[in-house]
Amino acid sequence: MSDMTDTSGPVLAADGTPLKRSLAKALRRQKLRALLLISPLLLFILVSFILPIADMLYRSVDNKIVVQTLPRTVQALSDWDADSGQLPEEAVFAAMAADLKEAAAAKTHTKVGSRLNYENPGMSSIFRKTGRNAKKFDIEAGGPWKEALIEMNDDWADPDVWRTIQTYSPPTTAGYFLNAVDMRVGPDGAEMRPESEQIYMNLLKRTLWMSLFITFSCIVLAYPVAWILANLPTRQSNLLMILVLLPFWTSLLVRTSAWKILLQQQGVINDVLVWIGLVSDDARLVIINNQFGTIVAMTHILLPFMILPMYSVMQTIPPTYLRAAKSLGATDWTAFWRVYFPQTIPGIGAGSILVFILAIGYYITPALVGGTKGTFISNQIAFHISTSLNWGLASALGAILLAVVLVLYWAYDKIVGIDNVKLG
Amino acid sequence: MAKLPPYATTGQRIWHYAFLVICGLIFFFLIAPIAVVIPLSFNSQDFFTFTKEMLSFDPAGYSLKHYRDFFSNPDWQDAMWNSIKIAPVATVISVSLGTLAAIGLSQPHVPARRAIMAILISPMIVPLIISAAGMYFFYSKINLAGTYWGVVLAHAALGIPFVIITVTATLVGFDRSLTRAAANMGADPVTTFFRVQMPLILPGVISGALFAFITSFDEVVVVIFVGSAKQQTLPWQMFTGLREQISPTILAVATLLVCVSIVLLTVLELLRRRSERLRGMSPG
Repeated sequence: MSDMTDTSGPVLAADGTPLKRSLAKALRRQKLRALLLISPLLLFILVSFILPIADMLYRSVDNKIVVQTLPRTVQALSDWDADSGQLPEEAVFAAMAADLKEAAAAKTHTKVGSRLNYENPGMSSIFRKTGRNAKKFDIEAGGPWKEALIEMNDDWADPDVWRTIQTYSPPTTAGYFLNAVDMRVGPDGAEMRPESEQIYMNLLKRTLWMSLFITFSCIVLAYPVAWILANLPTRQSNLLMILVLLPFWTSLLVRTSAWKILLQQQGVINDVLVWIGLVSDDARLVIINNQFGTIVAMTHILLPFMILPMYSVMQTIPPTYLRAAKSLGATDWTAFWRVYFPQTIPGIGAGSILVFILAIGYYITPALVGGTKGTFISNQIAFHISTSLNWGLASALGAILLAVVLVLYWAYDKIVGIDNVKLG
Repeated sequence: MAKLPPYATTGQRIWHYAFLVICGLIFFFLIAPIAVVIPLSFNSQDFFTFTKEMLSFDPAGYSLKHYRDFFSNPDWQDAMWNSIKIAPVATVISVSLGTLAAIGLSQPHVPARRAIMAILISPMIVPLIISAAGMYFFYSKINLAGTYWGVVLAHAALGIPFVIITVTATLVGFDRSLTRAAANMGADPVTTFFRVQMPLILPGVISGALFAFITSFDEVVVVIFVGSAKQQTLPWQMFTGLREQISPTILAVATLLVCVSIVLLTVLELLRRRSERLRGMSPG
């Protein structure tokens, strides 16, 4: 045995274990140490950031409230055929009365009412009104409940009300997502909402369109600036760089308030235009609280994010290429378009995706200078969280926005690489 | 910008100067909105535009009344103190955890490095309104919403990508043999970290800290949702101010914040020069 290892056996490490195993052990230990160093942060991000987002995504399909508040009704309704046009049987009404009595005691009947109201306007008031008397219901002796409930509120005689309860009784629902793309569950499955109720798809389109426009204006404005920064002597370009970095480092709120002040009808821009004589005093331009205001302010705010990646790419392009092209007989334009421009495309791509990702999720600037016509989908999400309290719809809209952003994030990772993100 | 060669044609000359003018205009567009705010904040009237007195440089047109209002109004003072209480604590959390993780990430063998990196950078990419919504729902469940620590944790999460990016970038240029040399001479890992590695990567850590600080200091969306009136920060106060009763005190606050960013920018620039100088000295 010992003879074998001495001559043709595995190579041994100093302590006698085979080298292969000892190396593998060292590698494992190295990996473990790296993971140990990362794990506190990873845990922190998972708990404080990823979990909340996952919770929000779940909320966009969560519909447990109906089955939790009205357990008996949901059970009794499961056999009812909604297409028959008939009202459900007495047992269903009795179940509803029992559920409502419990719900009214726990004060949850208004919640389930407003949940169902998102799908069928009017449900909220039915539940509120019936719930007022529900605490006094005597389930055993108060029947028959079909007549009793209908007498209290004749909307209970509408099969559509029962259809809504039946449709939205499962613990998960696609209702919020359908709502977020302007659809709803009708008698024959999913259908588009009437034209007058379609808001979100138009808003999403507007958000995408305006973000694209902002990205494009940033490309146009950033290109010459990045070029001049990359081609000036270091001393001068460092000075000019301050003009780019100062806005980059200035608070978003400061820049937005600056635009709010500049763009007002009694603001500096209108004053200057009137003073030059381009605009008469009684016809001051309306350049705030509309799309124009949002686009100008956001282009200004996001411009440094375009200039910096373009600049770092242009810096690496040797100026000799242009000179070589010209000495071979290319005109200025050909030399630029055929030789210089193609080399700057990685910079344009990196900057564009970055600016687009940032633009599409903007909330503060559109809220302050966008009025009603210049707001983004984020503003609608905020509205549903804090004003209309339709958290499910807010989550569904958020999930759609998140999906768009994640696709772009993935593309950014493929094209630029997350590791290559540079700051300042 | 290369100088015009003596043989340039008239067309080339015109284009050259036109290009300079275009660039000048874009730089003007970048800096003018910020520059305009500063003189306006010294307005002695409650207007948001230049008055006749200001344009004729009459001293009566200028005053410090908006600054006095900022320093005497309890709303603004509370907001300022809240910002000062929240941002540094959030920064300390993101920097300490972030630096550790960045060192881990720059080890030669890290399993699932790409996926981990993508998760750690995600708070920078996910739109703020989505982070705010998720945190609001989730923190309400665990009774963190509306508390000081809720806001601090949320801000720390938002600052982490910046720390990770700057510190990993610094570690790329870090000479690994130095830690081996230290270990060779008998230093334990903790001593090696604090006496050898930390001083060398300090510029990256500080600039990451500055980014994390400014992220928290400027942040409004998350604090509006996660925080309560007790955690009203300076940007939040500005946001409500701009939305409801727009008062010229905002101009004074804006000017002060511009000064803060100038200071931060200067510190960063000094750090960058220092690390460039060091890199120039070290071989390779």
